[in-house]
Amino acid sequence: MVEIASDKPLTLAEKVWRDHVVVRGKDNDGQRAPDLLYIDLHLVHEVTSPQAFEGLRLAGRPVRRPDLTIATEDHNTPTLEIDKPIADPISRIQVDTLRANCEEFGIRLHSLGDANQGIVHVVGPQLGLTQPGMTVVCGDSHTSTHGAFGSLAMGIGTSEVEHVLATQTLSLKPFKTMAVTVNGTLKPGVSSKDIILAVIAEIGTGGGQGYVLEYRGTAIEQLSMEARMTICNMSIEAGARAGMVGPDETTFDYVQGRPHAPTGEEWDTAVEYWRSLRTDEGAEFDAEVVIDADQLEPFVTWGTNPGHGVSLNDAVPQPTDFDDPVDRESAERALEYMDLEPGTRMKDIRVDTVFLGSCTNSRLEDLRKAAEIIRGRHKDPQVRMIVVPGSAQVRLEAEAEGLDQVFKDFGAEWRFAGCSMCLGMNPDQLAPGERCASTSNRNFEGRQGKGGRTHLVSPVVAAATAIRGTLSAPSDVLLPEPTPA
Amino acid sequence: MEPITTHTGTGVPLRQSNVDTDQIIPAVFLKRITKTGFEDALFYAWRKNPDFVLNQEAYKNGTVLVAGPDFGTGSSREHAVWALRDYGFKVVISSRFADIFYSNSAKQGLLAAKVAQPDVELMWKELEKDPATEITVDLESRTLRCGTVDTTFEIDNYTRWRLMEGLDDISLTLRQDAAIGAYESTRPSLKPTTLPVKV
Repeated sequence: MVEIASDKPLTLAEKVWRDHVVVRGKDNDGQRAPDLLYIDLHLVHEVTSPQAFEGLRLAGRPVRRPDLTIATEDHNTPTLEIDKPIADPISRIQVDTLRANCEEFGIRLHSLGDANQGIVHVVGPQLGLTQPGMTVVCGDSHTSTHGAFGSLAMGIGTSEVEHVLATQTLSLKPFKTMAVTVNGTLKPGVSSKDIILAVIAEIGTGGGQGYVLEYRGTAIEQLSMEARMTICNMSIEAGARAGMVGPDETTFDYVQGRPHAPTGEEWDTAVEYWRSLRTDEGAEFDAEVVIDADQLEPFVTWGTNPGHGVSLNDAVPQPTDFDDPVDRESAERALEYMDLEPGTRMKDIRVDTVFLGSCTNSRLEDLRKAAEIIRGRHKDPQVRMIVVPGSAQVRLEAEAEGLDQVFKDFGAEWRFAGCSMCLGMNPDQLAPGERCASTSNRNFEGRQGKGGRTHLVSPVVAAATAIRGTLSAPSDVLLPEPTPA
Repeated sequence: MEPITTHTGTGVPLRQSNVDTDQIIPAVFLKRITKTGFEDALFYAWRKNPDFVLNQEAYKNGTVLVAGPDFGTGSSREHAVWALRDYGFKVVISSRFADIFYSNSAKQGLLAAKVAQPDVELMWKELEKDPATEITVDLESRTLRCGTVDTTFEIDNYTRWRLMEGLDDISLTLRQDAAIGAYESTRPSLKPTTLPVKV
């Protein structure tokens, strides 16, 4: 998307980009310098912001648009006893620093205990602040989540957080575009998490580098907003700078009526604009990947990066299955860390913990789907299951429909909202050697706790796994046991 | 930010692909509110292994990290760059960098130089054969020398210019204040604002 001529058919990403250019990058020796883009929404949390606010303070700069900025506490927050001071003094200082900074710079903050506290990527959409055609940034790589609304949403580093606070703009190099076309229809028990794990297994953790991915095709059109958010959320695990879905009726229905959604005539004007953002007929993508949803089975990771995924029906691969010596070495190392033997059936792998939560899969729909599987059953006695709603609001909504009781009756722990065991910045961590089926987004070494071993799964696979104690598909727990012939 | 034009220093061979940000600096160190002092956090888990490259006397004081493809994948944490910088690294070499890591490096004057994987392999061999091998990186000519390996690296013009000038991004952008104001005056009023609180 180097040149954007007005008569050329455009992709969704190109249109959103076009509508936010403040200053076009100059040509610099045959290469275009970055464009300066306007940022519509800046989400802030306690971890990546303190040094940015300190930078502003030292330079005597204000926040240019506090009215386009919102903050919440999520990474460090405990999920138990939230009415008590945060026990870890370093976590407490970081959260207190955010509170002081928001006070000083006039930024709206949703603190622990507030109904809109929670994972920043759950809170934005829930408030209706994430809308189609916007530019959204946050000092968190999973900002790509918001692309599900057809907005251009990117994770940024702390220097860029400071830049956006000071200028409400960001210098961005033009992206390439990649169509990820998912044809067909998902089978029962297969979720959008399985689509994105399959995409990453296909293109690799670096396959999306330099690209904005646009997820399209019948299987994507059939997905709910929650399910689209799961897919866009993990675009970063394919190395992409962002992931997007064209806004449609599903998008508009989700946004309408939320606290910050346009109303009355403004709503109609907004929808008309949002409809115009869809990729034009004949627009060209720089690359395309095609996935057949009909063939997809529940996916699970076996290794230590999100590209290390296989169908749940498969076995742990042999390092010799990989042609590239770099991939082979990575697989050998991963198998050693994960303590897995090649050839072991994925479904024979026993887990110690099941984590249902994170910005990938902690919305009401995720909790409902998991609850459907476990309702009236009891977890495997050897397994501990932790359920962490994405926001305080999600927790309240889940409780209003009795989901908390379903989880408690099952033997799971029902917690308060936050990032929790996805990255273990709060007390929710795996012990060394502990194995976890997790609905989160990263299976990196030590991510969920030092020495912890992570298998990424969908919420329904997490639920089925908690019932049997071994990695399991929903069909494994719903079908009657086979009778001997 | 200190301008960089050339750098010469000892190389550290890190024979590994997908060096993710959780390995560069685990999340527990992200609780700090300072921007310096992250040297001890760098590769925290791996440094517990006595065989890890940075625990070998010969490589301890290296300033050029030579890693496998897909360096810096995962999180947006700029702490990964701060940790490398605070440890003393001036240059990281890999055939592919994760986008956010790449952009964060440039903000802190850490040069992320893209070198083709076959050349990375040759550099690993040189550095393993003789740990005292120096690497010289020249930003002006985009060239790199490591023992008998003489090659070029890839970097976009804009990032190279900013590194060589040592420019502060915010001051650069604030020169465009009028253009930002003009853009703001045309933004549709239906775009959401976070204030006042509407919940």
